[in-house]
Amino acid sequence: MPIPTTELPSFIAAYPEILMAVSALALLMLGVFRTKDSTTLVTWIIVVVMAVAAGLAIRGTHDFQTFNHLFVINGFTIFAKVLTLLGAGLTLLLINDWAHDEKIARFELPILVLFATLGMMLMISANDLISLYVGLELQSLSLYVLAAFHRDSQRATEAGVKYFVLGALASGLLLYGSSLVYGFAGTTNFDGLAAAVKSGPNTIGIIVGVVFVIAGLAFKVSAVPFHMWTPDVYEGAPTPITAFFSIAPKIAGLCLFLRVLVGPFAAMIEQWQQVIILISILSMAWGSIAAIAQKSIKRLMAYSSIGHVGYALIGLVVGNEEGARGLLFYLLVYLFMNVGTFAVILSMRVKGKYVEQISDLAGLSKNNPGVAMALAVLMFSMAGIPPMAGFLGKFYIFVAAVNAGFVTLAIVGLLASVVGAYYYLRLIKIMYFDEPAEAFDPPGLTTGIIMAVSSVLMLVFFIVPAPLVNGAEAAAKALFLG
Amino acid sequence: MSEHAAAAGGFLTIGLSHYLTVSAILFTLGIFGIFLNRKNLIVIMMSIELMLLAVNVNLVAFSSFLGDLVGQVFTMLVLTVAAAEAAIGLAIVVVFYRNRRSIEVEDINEMKG
Repeated sequence: MPIPTTELPSFIAAYPEILMAVSALALLMLGVFRTKDSTTLVTWIIVVVMAVAAGLAIRGTHDFQTFNHLFVINGFTIFAKVLTLLGAGLTLLLINDWAHDEKIARFELPILVLFATLGMMLMISANDLISLYVGLELQSLSLYVLAAFHRDSQRATEAGVKYFVLGALASGLLLYGSSLVYGFAGTTNFDGLAAAVKSGPNTIGIIVGVVFVIAGLAFKVSAVPFHMWTPDVYEGAPTPITAFFSIAPKIAGLCLFLRVLVGPFAAMIEQWQQVIILISILSMAWGSIAAIAQKSIKRLMAYSSIGHVGYALIGLVVGNEEGARGLLFYLLVYLFMNVGTFAVILSMRVKGKYVEQISDLAGLSKNNPGVAMALAVLMFSMAGIPPMAGFLGKFYIFVAAVNAGFVTLAIVGLLASVVGAYYYLRLIKIMYFDEPAEAFDPPGLTTGIIMAVSSVLMLVFFIVPAPLVNGAEAAAKALFLG
Repeated sequence: MSEHAAAAGGFLTIGLSHYLTVSAILFTLGIFGIFLNRKNLIVIMMSIELMLLAVNVNLVAFSSFLGDLVGQVFTMLVLTVAAAEAAIGLAIVVVFYRNRRSIEVEDINEMKG
């Protein structure tokens, strides 16, 4: 009897992920065996690892499938991974500064961020419902722990509980959908599903499955009506971890959403488009309206990110190359806007204690003109007012929608951003025209640099958007080729 | 033979749809367990487990029906991840209990709005 042989899969496509997994394990050892506090050391090693992983991803092979077609790389996944790594790396620096201030610096903190990022990379590259689920869970499980990392704080642990329960529910919905899709299409592989969906009469079973999958993914990117965990988790979790939540998982989640819907389920666009239009409109509207009454700036940022997800989903509704380009460019701008804003929030310290009420910002322009200027630029960008990059992000999305005939959707988006402008500009009014509150401590070095760089980038992106738009366009092309 | 046996002896043949119905009922029970539960967090954890197990029933039934092993491989992975999820969930519930001295659902109320 011949011995069955198996060929070893090609590892080269997954070098960035393998590097990250191995370094996470090695760094756990380092942290345990070093007697001194190794948080800063581990953080910097991880930043270097992430930079190397991004380099490997960019320089690696393109258009390649490995591990039994469970894993794919192409121009799109590379773009998405670099964005995710950038977001994770920048927030990691914020986390490190803060952890030392709050005296909860532990080496596990950056390592959990690394594991979560690894999960995001895996789900971006997933080419099968199984690898999608495993990547998504690696991300989510790390995020639940991060939310509750400040374990002596009642609010942080409550945020952890809420995030865990609703996140597990979302995973359950996604899995149930996956099982139905598997059963009615006969395969879990994305290419196989694409072929099955294209050829077959699509039974009600597969449609219900796709709707469950959409519900699960919408939970993870906090789109209305699956957003109820977002404000509480953002408020309760420690601020730099909130920054991480609002950036890397959102980017990875939206890229995955795009890949799943225009990849395996491309032929069902009629069915899923209606669902995405609905959640996009609801997210834009609720993100703008509910933010108005907020007093805590972290809650405000939660509703702001719900709104931004709504705008980004317009790119998904359009479902063509132009829409994907708009979505990717939007995510790029969103990344720097949010990193910058959270750097400002992290510099809101009065006598060494962090404050997070919007009223604490009063008169910031007199006490700390630099920080006030940075926040003003970022808020103009969030509101989508030229000459800031946020305007271009919205512009490309709305143009894609109008060109594809979704004029009503674009108008709803414009109206929502007018409402949104009210609360973004209110922050500027409070900073510049209200009676000064107590002055903030000067921001830390890393925080200050991140804040300055991202607000300058808002202007730079507006003046020379071409390289970024071209990058996003190439990535969008790769998505529709493969 | 099964058709025959069913006709002759009055036995019901268990087909795919029965498994799917059972798993749909279990899944719905899990969801209602999360949303209608006013007792404590452990019940919520059990409901989550119930949802994942419903998915497993689905996957195994489909796998057997399609004659395709992928579904059973998926089930193994779901079981593994569910174990990890339960461990992390219990850990979070423990730290919550230490701070709040309660795991009642109505006590998870520090943040609202």
